Amino acid sequence: MPREHYLNATYGLRSWLLTTDHKRIALLYLASVTFFFFIGGAFATMIRIHLLSPKGLLVTPETYNKLFTMHGVAMIFFFLIPSIPAVLGNFLLPIMIGAKDLAFPKINLLSWYIYLIGGCFVLYSFSTGGLDTGWTFYTPLSSVYSNSAVTPAVLGVFINGFSSILTGLNFIVTVHTMRAPGMTWFRLPLFVWAQYATSIIFILGTPVIAITLLLAGLERMFHLGFFNPALGGDPILFQHLFWFYSHPAVYIMILPAMGVISEIIPTFARKPIFGYSFIAGSSIAIAVIGFFVWAHHMFLTGESTYAALTFSLLSYLVAIPSAVKVFNWTSTLYKGSISYDTPMLYALGFIGLFLIGGLTGLFLACLGLDIHLHDTYFVIAHFHYIMVGGAVMGYVGGLHYWWPKITGKLYPEFLARIAAIILFLGFNLTFFPQFILGYLGMPRRYASYPPEFQVLNVMSTAGASILALGYLLPMIYLTWSMRYGEVAGPNPWPGTGLEWRTPSPPPTENFEVTPEVTWEPYDYDNRPDLGLDVSGAPALAHGDD
Amino acid sequence: MHRTGELYEQYRTLEQQRETASLGMWIFLSTEVLFFGGLFMTYTLNRSTYPDVFSEASKTIKLWPGALNTVVLIASSLTMALSVWASQVGKKKLLPIFLIATLILGTVFLGIKAYEYHDKYVEHHIPGWNFNFEPGADAATNAHAQLFFSLYFGMTGLHALHMIVGAGLLLWLLKESLRGRFTPEYNTPVENIGLYWHFVDIVWIFLFPLLYLIDRH
Amino acid sequence: MSVDGLMAYITAICAFFAVAITIAVIYFFFKYRRKHPGEVGVPIHGDMRLETAWIVVPLLLALTMFGWGAVVYVDYRRAPMDTLDIYVIGKQWMWKIQQPTGLREINELHVPVGRNVKLILASEDVIHDFSVPAFRVKMDVVPGHYNTMWFRPTKAGRYHFFCQQYCGTNHALMGGWVTVMEPMEYAAWLSGSSEATANPVLAGEKLFSEKACNTCHLSNGTGRAPSLNGVYGANVLLADGSAVTADDAYLRESILNPQAKIVAGYAPLMPSFQGQLTEEQIIDLTSYIKSLQSQPVPTKGAGVAPATGKK
Repeated sequence: MPREHYLNATYGLRSWLLTTDHKRIALLYLASVTFFFFIGGAFATMIRIHLLSPKGLLVTPETYNKLFTMHGVAMIFFFLIPSIPAVLGNFLLPIMIGAKDLAFPKINLLSWYIYLIGGCFVLYSFSTGGLDTGWTFYTPLSSVYSNSAVTPAVLGVFINGFSSILTGLNFIVTVHTMRAPGMTWFRLPLFVWAQYATSIIFILGTPVIAITLLLAGLERMFHLGFFNPALGGDPILFQHLFWFYSHPAVYIMILPAMGVISEIIPTFARKPIFGYSFIAGSSIAIAVIGFFVWAHHMFLTGESTYAALTFSLLSYLVAIPSAVKVFNWTSTLYKGSISYDTPMLYALGFIGLFLIGGLTGLFLACLGLDIHLHDTYFVIAHFHYIMVGGAVMGYVGGLHYWWPKITGKLYPEFLARIAAIILFLGFNLTFFPQFILGYLGMPRRYASYPPEFQVLNVMSTAGASILALGYLLPMIYLTWSMRYGEVAGPNPWPGTGLEWRTPSPPPTENFEVTPEVTWEPYDYDNRPDLGLDVSGAPALAHGDD
Repeated sequence: MHRTGELYEQYRTLEQQRETASLGMWIFLSTEVLFFGGLFMTYTLNRSTYPDVFSEASKTIKLWPGALNTVVLIASSLTMALSVWASQVGKKKLLPIFLIATLILGTVFLGIKAYEYHDKYVEHHIPGWNFNFEPGADAATNAHAQLFFSLYFGMTGLHALHMIVGAGLLLWLLKESLRGRFTPEYNTPVENIGLYWHFVDIVWIFLFPLLYLIDRH
Repeated sequence: MSVDGLMAYITAICAFFAVAITIAVIYFFFKYRRKHPGEVGVPIHGDMRLETAWIVVPLLLALTMFGWGAVVYVDYRRAPMDTLDIYVIGKQWMWKIQQPTGLREINELHVPVGRNVKLILASEDVIHDFSVPAFRVKMDVVPGHYNTMWFRPTKAGRYHFFCQQYCGTNHALMGGWVTVMEPMEYAAWLSGSSEATANPVLAGEKLFSEKACNTCHLSNGTGRAPSLNGVYGANVLLADGSAVTADDAYLRESILNPQAKIVAGYAPLMPSFQGQLTEEQIIDLTSYIKSLQSQPVPTKGAGVAPATGKK
């Protein structure tokens, strides 16, 4: 391990709380998003225990409604959306492009503080009356009828939005102007492309939810009428404005995870990614088309049939780039040299679970089926497959993959593989039964349910207990490894990106000398510096980008 | 991050730093477009739903302060552009003068705005604060007029907030320019804050006809 | 039901791809496992034909899924002409249902087999959703305007209905039962109910005079407002030259926001009754106005397009 690196270069609380080093800021975010993951996870645990019994086992309906609302708000806004961008993106983006830091390091720190302030408001809401509007804050329930602490929550999410906006701004500018010499756009790692596409959504979508929640909060505080029909307002307007951001938000949650997978697979198959430009292009396509499908959440609000037809068609279109990625990842495995390291296990788990989640989206995009499936457990299963089976697995897999770079230590491999398998199995047992529950008609957001739905609910809760174990294990052994793990060396896997050409952990300025890039990404065949058996590889197969 | 001269540590050249700052400001302004855009969209939709009440409500807002403010803001964009020019050609004495002129015009704008808001207060047109559109108005008219005024205060208030931030930025620019910091080689903050100021001006150019000029002949 | 066929179709396609890709992944995972530590894979950068194939084929399949779904949905959104209209009012946390005769039910909906049933949905407070999973139908119930949904029961029996849009504390308890009966039984039930039912037409007539509607809307067409004889379901000529069909939504809007559509030849004098009437009272008024359908339409002062006129 190097003697001086970003972790020990300076000491003391102030050097962390006032840091502008993107790597330290990434760790600040790691601590805070993990905190909110625990909070959201605690609510989820209570939900699943409560649903063991048809009449509800644990809490009153009022409390249950608060549980699922707060689970959603904590997980979506304070865990999922920041997770990969603010932790892995912050840490890796400058290094991957050969820069010393992001374009605006102080704004990066400001982003974290804004996130914290937003989080404080939301925690205040949770602890003084809670929040029971659903994370979707539909009006007039949220702006007029709810008796819970809506205003501080809405304010907290509003403030948190600016954290996203500033991070997105920072990332976009960084990719445009801070690349090292020779790092052309099409030599960028796909993780960078994914962050770039995500950042487009950050900057264009988040302002809209900011103003929407502001209006809803003002409506509640001053009895205004934007979304309240009794005062001439339109509750459906709220939904349009809300979903205009919140649909692209789901792409914020998945695109970075896809970027992680696009890094892991070439490394553990030791060959270039199949269809680099198609994966890069798909990321941008998803970001762009994703802005035009929001009203597929509103097929049954009474919106015009023409609108519904348009949004359904576009929703099918946005599925295609995701399919392209899955095909390309699978093809990358063909004739690879595949090792079964933990990050690869997470990547393959991602492919399987994202596949199911994405395909079930096709059911919901289908107008005729959505009539039946809307607002049922089918929807819940669909989005958890993508957000948990997809995004969280991508996040945890990425944490494992870059853990040696971030900490200079290796995590215990055998235990990590077991945990990955436990996670995968627990996840499926938790959420697959919910597809069936949904098709049978069980509505979502129900504190109690007809007895015929009990067996599937019990299965789901059993799965959740296994899933919880799958999450606890990495938290424990990753923390353990920071002190007691084996020293990692600069490039344990080995990977081909610029991040693997710095020491582990990297020095504060990332590179002693600004790198000059002359090689293509994932080019295992032309990297003698990696110490691999290049001479043994067969001749290049036909085919081109 | 430290700096050597004007060059911050994360950049390799001044040129890179300037490009980065400029791109950053443009992207920030695009987020502002989306931010105000949501409000404008809400206003447009409500205006087409309640055209008559909106028209009546708009007519209760005096025209001359709004028109005067438009002139004031456009003039301030001129003085701002002149500041940028002064910094580009190295006119270190002129720069603070133009900045002060812009600040004065911005303050005049805010003053006139305060006068308008006071007017609305007197007429009971502030939503949530003893709102009553006109004596004898029925519940529906009151509700729809309140919608208009909520949007009026929301949009002009958000705009005014941005102006106050802009004024703060100008004060900082003034302080730095008096120290002689800006030269033809390094005037990035002047340019970028200029961009911001022009953007705030453009928002007003849209606000004014939308709010003040409905159905006026 | 066609929804189930659609479900089977999409499940089949998705299952095929899910299984195929999973098998491919697992197969490659084992077949190409690393044989020795320094080994690298074969550098294959891409293949244009494959990329094209797996863009075009999924796109075409997606279009078929879209198409079939669209057909089902369009049919669902367009109720047929001859429907049995039932009013459904959702409020926290119960459903008030009103049969055409005025018979009211709470959390129960009785319908006859083999008839097209149209539900007119109104909310008194927040957004709800009326959902009958067994019929594969649901629709949001949004305060501020009516939504409609329709279905055609094919088998007698009792079927669960749920509120399917989160609406607050007792959202999960806001359900009930749809009872589908043979037509004779339904008719018997309708007329034989011993519950005192307020005839909505009579209630509406009472409201019509209590709220002074009759002072302007004289039935002989000489008042300040058009006569409402025969207006329900007819084409109304508006001041801006357009025409609109006078359905439930139009009547409701005219009561709550009369300035939105002014009848040709009339001044915008009508005051709004927003905030003065509950959804049930609006339904009573609408029922009364519907009952005037068969009354003679005055030749002048009706606002309804003349029978021989063009649209």
